[in-house]
Amino acid sequence: MSGKPKLHYVNARGRMEPIRWLLAAAGVEFEESFLETKDDLKKLQTDGSLLFQQVPMVEIDGMKMVQTRAVLNYVAGKYNLYGKDLKERALIDMYVEGIIDLNELILSNIFQPADKKEEHFATVVDKATKRYFPVYEKVLKDHGQDFLVGNKLSRADVQLLETILMAEECKPDMLAKFPLLQSFKARISNIPNIKKFLQPGSQRKPPIQEKDIPRLMQIF
Amino acid sequence: MSGKPRLTYCNGRGRMEPVRWLLAAAGVEFEEKFLETREQLLKLIKDGDLLFEQVPLVEIDGMKMVQTRAILSYIAGKYNLYGKDLKERALIDMYVEGITDLMQMILMFPFSPPEAKEKNLASIAEKATKRYFPVFEKVLKQHGQDFLVGNRFSWADVQLLEAILAVEEKIPAVLSGFPQLQVFKTKMSNMPTIKKFLQPGSPRKPPPDEHYVASVMAIFK
Repeated sequence: MSGKPKLHYVNARGRMEPIRWLLAAAGVEFEESFLETKDDLKKLQTDGSLLFQQVPMVEIDGMKMVQTRAVLNYVAGKYNLYGKDLKERALIDMYVEGIIDLNELILSNIFQPADKKEEHFATVVDKATKRYFPVYEKVLKDHGQDFLVGNKLSRADVQLLETILMAEECKPDMLAKFPLLQSFKARISNIPNIKKFLQPGSQRKPPIQEKDIPRLMQIF
Repeated sequence: MSGKPRLTYCNGRGRMEPVRWLLAAAGVEFEEKFLETREQLLKLIKDGDLLFEQVPLVEIDGMKMVQTRAILSYIAGKYNLYGKDLKERALIDMYVEGITDLMQMILMFPFSPPEAKEKNLASIAEKATKRYFPVFEKVLKQHGQDFLVGNRFSWADVQLLEAILAVEEKIPAVLSGFPQLQVFKTKMSNMPTIKKFLQPGSPRKPPPDEHYVASVMAIFK
C-alpha cells in the first residue's frame, strides 16, 4: 500500500490520459494497473470497484473515483490548479470544456471508417483552427500573461498543452497561425514537472495506432 | 438590465434544461431569450457572444458563460449546492457525471432515426435500471439520509430528480424496483423551490416533440 494514486485503465491514452497529465503536472507520482483482457474488466466490475461499471477508475485518498471529469476536478482542486475563486474556476471550466470537445474530435478520428476519414480529418483541422485555437490565442493576447487564467498555472494550461500536442500529431503545422500558442507550448513544456512527463520513459502513453484498436475493443 | 441571469437557447429542454432546474432549485429567478431561427444564432456568433460559437449561453454575474458543465458548476458553487469540501464535491461530481451519461441518451433520443428508436428506448431502460438507478438506490439505502451527499441538498439531488422524471416520461414504471428512489422522488419534488418549478407556468420545458426536433435541425444544421 503505497499511498500513491493508482490508475486502472488499458495501456493507452484514451480517457485516462488527461488524468496522467494533470497528476504529472502537479508533481504527483502514481501507479498504474493495466487492463489487458475482458476478464480484467469483469473482475473490477464484480468486485464492486467501478461505480458505473466503467473505467477510468482512480484509487486516491481512500476513494475509488470514476468519471474522468470528477477525477480531474478533484486532482485540480487538491493541488491548487483550479483558480483562486469561483470566477476563475468558471473561466477554467469554460476553457477546459472547449478543450475536451476538441480532444474528443481528435480522438474519434482513428475510429472513423476508411471512407469517412479524410472528411473527418478536414473537420478536425477546421474546428481546431477556426473554433478552438483562436479562442486561446486571443485569451493570451488580451491579457499578455504566461498562463490562461489568473496569471498562474492551472489545469486549463495543462489540458491545452496536451491537446495542442495531440493536434500537432495529426497535423504538424496546426499552430502555424497562432504565434502566442507556439510560445505558450514552449513555455508550458519547459515547466519542470511537465518537461519530465514529456521525456521518454515517463508514464505518458503514445498515440493509439490502428493495429491496437481490435485488441483494445475486445476488452470493452 | 435586471441583474437576473439570462439564458439563451431554443425554446425546449435540450442542453439548457439542467441549468433551468438548478437555478430554479436554488430559488434564482431568470430570464430567457429563445432562438427561433438560424439567423439569430449566426448573429450571436458574429457579435462574439459565444466563446465556442455554441449555445447554451448564460449571462450571469457579468460573464457570458458557455459550456453546460461550466455553467452548472458555477451555479452550484455560488448557491452552496456543491458540498462542503473537496471530498463531498468528488462524490457529487461522480454522481452528476453518471446521471449526465444517462441524460445524454435521453437528449439524443428524439434525433435518432425512426427505425432505431425502439432499440434506443430499450437501451435507455436497460442502462437506467441496471447501471444507474441501482447505484443511487444503494447510496440512499446505505446512509439512510434524505439527500445523496452530506445529509444536505445538493446539485446531485436536483440532477437525479430531473433524470428520474425524464426516464419516467418514457418508461412510466421504471422506478418499480427502486423503493428508495420512489421516496427520494417524492421528497425532492416537495421541496418548495422544486415544487414550484414542477407546476404549470414555470420555466420548465415540455418533452421534445417533432416541432422541437425540426426547429433544432433548422437552427443548428
